[in-house]
Amino acid sequence: MLTSVPTGTEVSRSRKVRSRFSVLSRRDKVILAVMVGVPSLVTLVFIWLPVILSILLSFTSWNGIGGIDKIKPVGLTNYVNLLTKYQAFWPALEHNLLWLGFFLFVATPIGIFLAVLLDKEVRGTRFYQSVLYMPVVLSLAIVGFIWQLQYSSSQGFINNLTGHTGQDNLIDWLGNPNLNLWAIIIAAAWRHVGYITVLYLAGLKSVDPTLREAAAIDGANQRQTFFRVVFPVMAPINVVIVVITVIESLRAFDIAYITNKGLNGLELLSVLVTNNIIGEASLVGFGSAIGVVLLVISVGPIIVYLSRSMRDQA
Amino acid sequence: MVATGISRELPNVAGRGRIRTGRIALQGFLIAISLLWLFPLAWAIYTSLRPYADTALRGYVSLPATLNLDNYITAWNQGEIPKYFVNSVVIVVPAVILVLFLASMLAFAVTKFRWRFNLLLLMIFTAGNLLPAQIIITPLYRLYLLLPLPAPLSDNGLFYDQYVGIIVIHVAFQLGFCAFVLSNYMKTLPGELTEAALVDGASAWNIYRNVILPLCRPVLAALATLEVTFIYNDFFWALILMKSGNKLPITTALNNLKGEFFVNNNLVAAGAVIVALPTIIVYVLLQKQFIRGLALGSTKG
Repeated sequence: MLTSVPTGTEVSRSRKVRSRFSVLSRRDKVILAVMVGVPSLVTLVFIWLPVILSILLSFTSWNGIGGIDKIKPVGLTNYVNLLTKYQAFWPALEHNLLWLGFFLFVATPIGIFLAVLLDKEVRGTRFYQSVLYMPVVLSLAIVGFIWQLQYSSSQGFINNLTGHTGQDNLIDWLGNPNLNLWAIIIAAAWRHVGYITVLYLAGLKSVDPTLREAAAIDGANQRQTFFRVVFPVMAPINVVIVVITVIESLRAFDIAYITNKGLNGLELLSVLVTNNIIGEASLVGFGSAIGVVLLVISVGPIIVYLSRSMRDQA
Repeated sequence: MVATGISRELPNVAGRGRIRTGRIALQGFLIAISLLWLFPLAWAIYTSLRPYADTALRGYVSLPATLNLDNYITAWNQGEIPKYFVNSVVIVVPAVILVLFLASMLAFAVTKFRWRFNLLLLMIFTAGNLLPAQIIITPLYRLYLLLPLPAPLSDNGLFYDQYVGIIVIHVAFQLGFCAFVLSNYMKTLPGELTEAALVDGASAWNIYRNVILPLCRPVLAALATLEVTFIYNDFFWALILMKSGNKLPITTALNNLKGEFFVNNNLVAAGAVIVALPTIIVYVLLQKQFIRGLALGSTKG
């Protein structure tokens, strides 16, 4: 990886010249090797090594006590237990999918819609932008605390406003397993919508304005212009946004964890992994297997994203 | 709607009228959305300014008899907030500097010189950035308990329960995003710059330090803003990889404080606002950089 190839010939499309230098001094070669080597090493050791270990350990049994020599291969036992015996697994998967579905089909489209509205640049657009983007700067943990003030059963805004604070008619938004997942998804969407709006508006600004003018001259109305001209041109951004939405939905953790440690209706794959580590019986192999399930789900969107980036590089 | 009746005679005026109605509707809608979006935070601030006794007497949805900063003072002192803020600074500042330093070197070497494994590099960094953290946490936690880390970087000889450990994992995770953004930007800088400097006998390090890096200042500013908020906002890594409660960064510490000290919603509100405040200040002062950084990750240049 650390040998630089002298070249300067790949200037096909533009003047992006990469320096040609069989003349590179030895010292320069060492410096460049360090420049690439150190970041690569950090990423390989702290991200890719654990990914590989996660896959390997998922076929073993180890409770973390005693040395590495206590690791025993157990074949598919962890996966069998996960799918058939571990009661929290299927609910967690279902919750992750519901989360993803809501983000993909409700929150993300709202974000796109708001970006299209802001793109019209009516008076006050800057103010509206500032307000919608603001939650993006907050940690999902803080978002959880802020929304707890809305949802809290006796001290929260919603129940106090609607008179549901009595013993007989209390609505336990964060405790009731039929409600709490939706409650935290809405809180998380408060942030996600703003995030999508930021990204999409940046994309809209980069669309060639003459395309819209041409569509207008051809008599297209605003809807037609968006769906038939702008949206297709935005294909690369659309892919990024879908990938980000999927990844964000899989990463969902903080808000479920701070609400009730991800129990009783708030099970998510990410929380199961975490509780396994923090819990009393830390099952390394079993926890790794849950991680691998997450990995398998993430691989699809990551490949889509990479292949798009590579097309850009080529 | 009114305009349609006369549209045949005065098409121009009618068209303009319809546009104006549309604009007013749009403004109304955007104002409504903005109020809806502001409400949760505004409510948190409002609740945090009311003494508990006041809300207990009048209910939470009521006009206040008194507004003061008592909840903030209580939260600040009882929660030992300053200590946790210092912890956050100890993690955020080195992590951001390191990640920008490493990412800019990587981006420089990869974009200005051609490597045999460019594609592989792109893959390991970009994919590494996209992976959900929980995929790697189980083995990473074990690695942190096994990998030696000498003093003075570590006071227990390990990566586990150390600031350095938290900083390193942040750097590893954020490298991909920063290198991606920086290399996209560096590609737009003319290659002649590097060539000319090489011909003049400048070393690779000098070109990086004195030619390329100064030109990247706007992107570095945008990324720094973004990374400060990303790393400050992290809740997860410290939750797993830190053991000592008094070493926790503020975002993670808040959860413990909630259980221990913040017994009513007024105090929770004050705590949440205090922790959110640094990022909100960053956002208000450096909004342009923040937005630019986010957008740079998804678009090209």
